[in-house]
Amino acid sequence: MTVPMLRRAALFGAAFLAGGLGAAAAGAETVAITGGTVAIGDGSAPIEGGTVVVRDGRIVAAGRGVAVPPGATLVDATGKWVTPGLIAGFSRLGLAEVDAVEETNDIAAEGSPFSAAIDVAPGINPRATAIAVNRAAGITRAIVAPAVATEIFAGQGAVIDTGSDLAAVTHARAFQFVELGEAGAEEAGGSRPAAYLEFRTKLADAQRYARDPGGYDGDSKDALLTRADAAALVPVVQGRMPLLVHVESGPDILNVLKLKAEFPALRLVLVGAAEGWTVAREIAAARVPVIASALVSLPASFEMRAATQSNIGRLRAAGVPVAIGMINDDEARQARYAPQYAGNLVALTRVPGATGLSWGEALAAISSGPAEALGLAGEMGSLRPGRRADVVVWDGDPLQLGSRPARLWIDGVEQPLVTRQHRLRDRYARPEEGELPKAYQR
Amino acid sequence: MRHHHLVVALAAAGLVGGCAATAGARPAGAPAASGKPVAAAKPASDPFPSTYRAYPGVPTLVTNVTIFDGEGGRIEGGQALFAEGKVVAVGAAVEAPAGVTVIDGTGKWLTPGIIDIHSHLGDYPSPSVSAHSDGNEATGPVRAEVWAEHSVWPQDPGFTRALANGGVTTLQILPGSANLFGGRSVTLKNVPARTVQAMKFPGAPHGLKMACGENPKRVYGSRRQLPSTRMGNVALNRQTWARAAEYKRKWDKYERDGGEPPTRDIGLDTLRGVLAGDILVHNHCYRADEMAIVLDMAKEFGYRVSTFHHAVESYKIADLLRENAVCSAMWADWWGFKMEAYDAVDENIPLVHNAGACAIVHSDDANGIQRLNQEAAKALANGRRMGFDIPDEVAWTWLSSNPAKAMGIADRTGSLVPGKMADAVLWNGHPFSVYTRPEKVWIDGALLFDAQDPARRPVTDFELGQPGEGDVK
Repeated sequence: MTVPMLRRAALFGAAFLAGGLGAAAAGAETVAITGGTVAIGDGSAPIEGGTVVVRDGRIVAAGRGVAVPPGATLVDATGKWVTPGLIAGFSRLGLAEVDAVEETNDIAAEGSPFSAAIDVAPGINPRATAIAVNRAAGITRAIVAPAVATEIFAGQGAVIDTGSDLAAVTHARAFQFVELGEAGAEEAGGSRPAAYLEFRTKLADAQRYARDPGGYDGDSKDALLTRADAAALVPVVQGRMPLLVHVESGPDILNVLKLKAEFPALRLVLVGAAEGWTVAREIAAARVPVIASALVSLPASFEMRAATQSNIGRLRAAGVPVAIGMINDDEARQARYAPQYAGNLVALTRVPGATGLSWGEALAAISSGPAEALGLAGEMGSLRPGRRADVVVWDGDPLQLGSRPARLWIDGVEQPLVTRQHRLRDRYARPEEGELPKAYQR
Repeated sequence: MRHHHLVVALAAAGLVGGCAATAGARPAGAPAASGKPVAAAKPASDPFPSTYRAYPGVPTLVTNVTIFDGEGGRIEGGQALFAEGKVVAVGAAVEAPAGVTVIDGTGKWLTPGIIDIHSHLGDYPSPSVSAHSDGNEATGPVRAEVWAEHSVWPQDPGFTRALANGGVTTLQILPGSANLFGGRSVTLKNVPARTVQAMKFPGAPHGLKMACGENPKRVYGSRRQLPSTRMGNVALNRQTWARAAEYKRKWDKYERDGGEPPTRDIGLDTLRGVLAGDILVHNHCYRADEMAIVLDMAKEFGYRVSTFHHAVESYKIADLLRENAVCSAMWADWWGFKMEAYDAVDENIPLVHNAGACAIVHSDDANGIQRLNQEAAKALANGRRMGFDIPDEVAWTWLSSNPAKAMGIADRTGSLVPGKMADAVLWNGHPFSVYTRPEKVWIDGALLFDAQDPARRPVTDFELGQPGEGDVK
């Protein structure tokens, strides 16, 4: 886990200690952020006048009455808010520069013979403008999924950070992504039954491959899975890799939950689940986490007829662990809407008949929630001791419109917050040309 | 719907006319059919007339409320009186008749209803199945003959969300942006109805949707036909305007001198209406350099552009837009989904405003239309971070009076001024806070949404008998 830190330190040209475990200078620095309103990100209410201590790229302590270690670099956050870095719960961050410019878009591969084996990691471009834009808005990590192109399995997604260095991937092959709703039916040839048959057959193939890799003939005409795809599904069927399943309707969700009876080891995570609230008890009983769209309110498709912004609040109230994701929602660029979305769920607490989230729960839905869905809550997503030191100091309530990060750290390394957009903005702060053309102004 | 970005982007090109414009309140034309036949009969200019009638309201006094009047004014602890569908009085204290319904606005805000100048509700309704895809007549780049109102499905649940979640009381439905000439727009009161005619804003001028840039050249270039380039876009535009000018000369002469009527052309009727100043041009255009070309083309053929829509590079030519009195209808922070949106900045709206040009917040999105107040709030905060001193109440003009001017309806709605339509929203907090929602929405003085009263929450035919019917959404 210290590897990313070391990488980063090297990139920053910082000297680091001999002995391997000694962390790099930047990450090794002890920083104490004092005086701010501190929100841990675990669902608890914010704490005024709290302190956050970071050392060796990890959180040491956060809260009220936390002692400032001698020699710590002090950051005065008086009048500001301090939170964990936000995690994009479901995104395609880093996979596209301009969505509609195909050459820059690595989200899906229509012409590939592979599916489940596709690993998005080499498609993550740390220099994608969206990485910097989202970092400047407080997003420090993202769950990044490929999209389906030729069949129901899209491939293996990654967990990344948004740091300004070139080492973006925190965990490659962090999960498998599959479509089993309307999109899955389409990919499977036109029906949900075909999609489920494809799912079962391919997982059975993966089991067969696991028993005897050498005997698996992925090249035969009858084989649905290439050897690479079969190998990629082995950790899924054995429960070593989470399976993110995109479905929206209540009946589709129940069908997915039933798959656990057939493949008991599956570590299911529901993605989308716009009608989740209609089957919230069943989801809670199955102990399956959900990464949901926050604000879908329209029957945008027939699988979302019961969509309501109260979905997440109602799921939470039923005991379902739920996080906010960007599902078919500008997910390559606008994960930065997460705090606005979370704030809107707080607004629902004042709307008669609606169910929202408390402020602390709303922040958790965009910090520890996504980490928890992938089983990574011990590593990231909150300011609890031992987590990666992804910390944001905000100039106001982070869920409020217009609040922005004033300072931001990833793995304890402070990050730049200037984007290409800021440069354009500054060039045209006065639109008129000056003594030389705009091209000379920078 | 965001999923649709490309479709919407396709759909989203339009020129709008200058804010301070102009043709303003001029109706698209009076029905011609009722007159006696004359030698030179004008074609009916309003063949699908509005049948909208305001629903009944009760005289209502909102007290002790913070008021943004929509024209830049603000009153703390103020009062507003509506009666007979109109704003009667707004002030620190107003005289109210006995028996008036009093609403305590303590801790709340009262604003004019939001006007969305760029929507495809009804034309790309929910659910967004292909059978519902009625926003782009992408069978030819010049389709001035189509009218968006003929595609509007009044049962689109999106209208009700725009009302209840968004406080939208008036909206312009535009054809998409696949074509250079996309067709006529229609302005609607956001009141559920059985027919589109019963939603049509009485007397609102039609708009003409035009599109610059990537969409037309991609759609037709991929079919190996004109236009496949930006220069092809302009060439076909100019050829079309030249035809329209000739058509207008013939019809003007006929209407003046009589004789044999020229052959009717439904598309050229629309363009003639633009050249006569009766129809407002709403031009989808992203790039600054293309907007400048359009402004010259408009001068060449003698028409005005009301508004550039999307206008993500307006900040680069805000001075030019000010000088030409053209509005920009913009998103707060959309960017990067296509090449011509690559240079979008989060400060576009405040930069345009700060330069003295007309700024409008628009949605082009069935979800975004539910949060236009939040879009304005984000833009405002970004402007203040640059040091621009823009008061909240002035920023509200981006949501009401500026779009009203650009749509030619500012004499009737868009601000809380006595005599105007009582189109208003009571918010349960500051409307630029993420924690705020509409509490009550009035259209022409009729209470059509009340968060406290499930009976004042519209449910479309589509949603009746479906899972989630009547939910808060």
